Amino acid sequence: MAHVHFSAGLRSGFTGGVAELVVEAATVGALIRALDERFPGIGEKLSSGTSVAIDGEIIPDAEFESLSATAEVHFLETIGGG
Amino acid sequence: MTIAEDPATTSPGYKWVGTRMIRPDGFEKVTGRARFGADIKLNGMLYGHVLRSPHAHATIVSIDTSEAEKMAGVRAVITGADFPDPSGPAGDQDLQRNVIAREKALYEGHTIAAVAAQTRAQAKAAAEAIKVVYEVLPHVMSVDEAMAPGAPLLHPKLMTKGVDPAPTEPSNVASRAVYQGGDLDLGFAESDVVVEGTFTTKPVHQGYIEPHAAVADTTPNGRTTLWCSSQGHFTMRSLSAKVLGWEPSKLKVIPAEIGGGFGGKTTIYLEPLAVRLSQKAGRPVKLVMSRDEVFRATGPASGTKIVGKLGFKNDGTMVAGELWMAYEAGAFAGSPAGAGSMTALAPYTVPNFLIEGFDVVVNKPKVAAYRAPGAPMSSFAVESLIDEAAKKLGIDPIDIRLKNAVTEGCTATYGPKFPRIGFVETLEAIKNHPNYQIPLGPNQGRGVASGFWFNAGLNSSATVHVNEDGNVIVVTGSPDIGGSRASMALMAAEEFGIDAARIQPVVGDTESVGYNDQTGGSRTTLATGAAVIEACRKVIADLRGRAAKQWDVALEKVEWVDGQAQHVEGTQPPLSLADLARGWNRTGGPLTASAALNARGVGSAFSTQVVDLEIDPDTGHVTVLRYLTAQDAGRAIHPSYVEGQLQGGVVQGIGWALNEEYIFDRNGKMENPGFLDYRIPVASDMPMIDTIVVEVPNPGHPYGVRGVGEVGIVPPLAAVANAVDDAVSRRIRDLPLSPVRILDAILNKDS
Repeated sequence: MAHVHFSAGLRSGFTGGVAELVVEAATVGALIRALDERFPGIGEKLSSGTSVAIDGEIIPDAEFESLSATAEVHFLETIGGG
Repeated sequence: MTIAEDPATTSPGYKWVGTRMIRPDGFEKVTGRARFGADIKLNGMLYGHVLRSPHAHATIVSIDTSEAEKMAGVRAVITGADFPDPSGPAGDQDLQRNVIAREKALYEGHTIAAVAAQTRAQAKAAAEAIKVVYEVLPHVMSVDEAMAPGAPLLHPKLMTKGVDPAPTEPSNVASRAVYQGGDLDLGFAESDVVVEGTFTTKPVHQGYIEPHAAVADTTPNGRTTLWCSSQGHFTMRSLSAKVLGWEPSKLKVIPAEIGGGFGGKTTIYLEPLAVRLSQKAGRPVKLVMSRDEVFRATGPASGTKIVGKLGFKNDGTMVAGELWMAYEAGAFAGSPAGAGSMTALAPYTVPNFLIEGFDVVVNKPKVAAYRAPGAPMSSFAVESLIDEAAKKLGIDPIDIRLKNAVTEGCTATYGPKFPRIGFVETLEAIKNHPNYQIPLGPNQGRGVASGFWFNAGLNSSATVHVNEDGNVIVVTGSPDIGGSRASMALMAAEEFGIDAARIQPVVGDTESVGYNDQTGGSRTTLATGAAVIEACRKVIADLRGRAAKQWDVALEKVEWVDGQAQHVEGTQPPLSLADLARGWNRTGGPLTASAALNARGVGSAFSTQVVDLEIDPDTGHVTVLRYLTAQDAGRAIHPSYVEGQLQGGVVQGIGWALNEEYIFDRNGKMENPGFLDYRIPVASDMPMIDTIVVEVPNPGHPYGVRGVGEVGIVPPLAAVANAVDDAVSRRIRDLPLSPVRILDAILNKDS
């Protein structure tokens, strides 16, 4: 289970304005697949060039990360450091 | 000043963490023994020279290398045709085209060809004999020019991502990032005070002292060894392999010492050229950039244009924020507009906001990372506006930030909630410091600003060996650009409970240790440190087992205390690390362990700074009188290095604010590609940068580490601008704050 929050860019580009959603998913990969079924095309966007914040922690390569029953998930731009 | 010196906040029980051991690399550097990239010499080595585009934008009609190939001493000439056609994801193709131009030259300095010859002079002469026919194209040198309707296009197929509906025509805008919350119109309607303005910053270079250098030695069977100074030799390997069309494993990359990087040495320029030249010549080849080439051809930080508007209640509460930000990407997409958008308002709880960031290609060198990429520019706009609001509202600049500061559990403007952070602590540290109370004289001003940066985790590996004498070698693959060897030694010493002088920290090549991501993103002490700690703990578990075997007791009867195995009931004489090492052949062989991880537990970084400066009213020259920075380091493993990182970021930020800018002529050619005309601050320009190392431990790291290398450069742009405004009562929104610009503001105060 994940409580997903969509950024303004994802809301306008993919979710038709949906800002939040609760999705049954055990991993980030499963979550992205579920979201892609509901919002076709979002899976590609979320699978490349996107980091995932799970309960506030930003994880760049999160496909296999587990999601707890109360996980708060945000999809973010990938950030490059110096 | 550091918290490490404050008994009230020093974590009890640490013997080595928080101490200031002599840096392990110090002796070799001060005696000239350290080998940097350009110091590598091999038998039979050739010297290379790169031919670069003299045009900011031009179609390459033809390249004739025939004359050059016949010249004395010449052993190899290469052009884009010597590399595979660009392929793969767009970013990879851009990398391949940036290393060496194909269809078009996209900025002055873009690599067109390269030569290897017996001597540098021969290589240079041959490069100059290469005949290139260009069709010069109109160029765009600013976001305004690049975004204008009908602007010349750098890439005819570049379609803007992140806009809805998707565009049907190409443009120079690669992408749009947007972050939005609440109701912006309502927020501004509720505001008692609204401040707004347009801010610009120029491209600035990272200014590392050591130019890029690469030496390649390709053997007939294709195995290649590459020496280069970089922030990540594993990354140099993988990026070079992409350009060469090779599997990364064909390349062995040996890290040289690095003379500064600051983000600028996270990508490749010379490396694949040296490899291909070596392959073609059958000899080792060295390529070293001149300073001129470093400026013309390697990544600066983006120039930006930012339009900002903030709304406040009379009590200082920020209720609305709107930012439109365009970042120059240089010739290929990939500016840090997204990070700038995410960090701009992140330090504050603003309920209604709209932040848009645009990534815009222009005919300048492709930008590269520079400490906290993207954040200093957006922070410059936001922190300047906050300062204006504080003045209008009659509120102390620190108090207005305290009023709006994010704390644990607050939702960041980019989405997630903050974990335990130390932003408020940095504000309070500055407010309570004596510097903040010093009276100012005529023509003097004081400026405050804060900043936020994410920090990174990523992939790290470490191997720990115990020598037969009980001393320890710690091998990582993270280039040491800011004290990581000392930090690794201190953390290993803490784990083993032995003197840090008995730890030898080593940066291994790509075949000597597991993969490590780059030293960047303020990640190394946290992530590579975590790998070192894990490897140490594996060795210690092994040591306990060896002691249990010698004593013929159960493992749980053995504990590791102060560098030795002890029987929990004291029935055996302790066995030191040296005792156990001497007997390893009888207990299971050498003592070694490795650890590899994708680090978690990254902590956010905040900094608050105050500067006092004086302006010469006759010349507009700025003298920085004193500068104080407070930054949350989580836990300072080696406080001197942490202070150095804080000071370094501040000084580079002061340079960004006061002096530094790329200047181009009307043809798009850089006019100041040297340190005489592109002036970075030097020691004699600066006062001592005072530091307060705030320690709010990061709960995600064994010792509480947060990254410290980047956020220090975020506040200085606005802090200096705010101090200038305080001194001359004139807000200047365009950087740099050069004497000419300040004098103009003084002389035209009423306009």
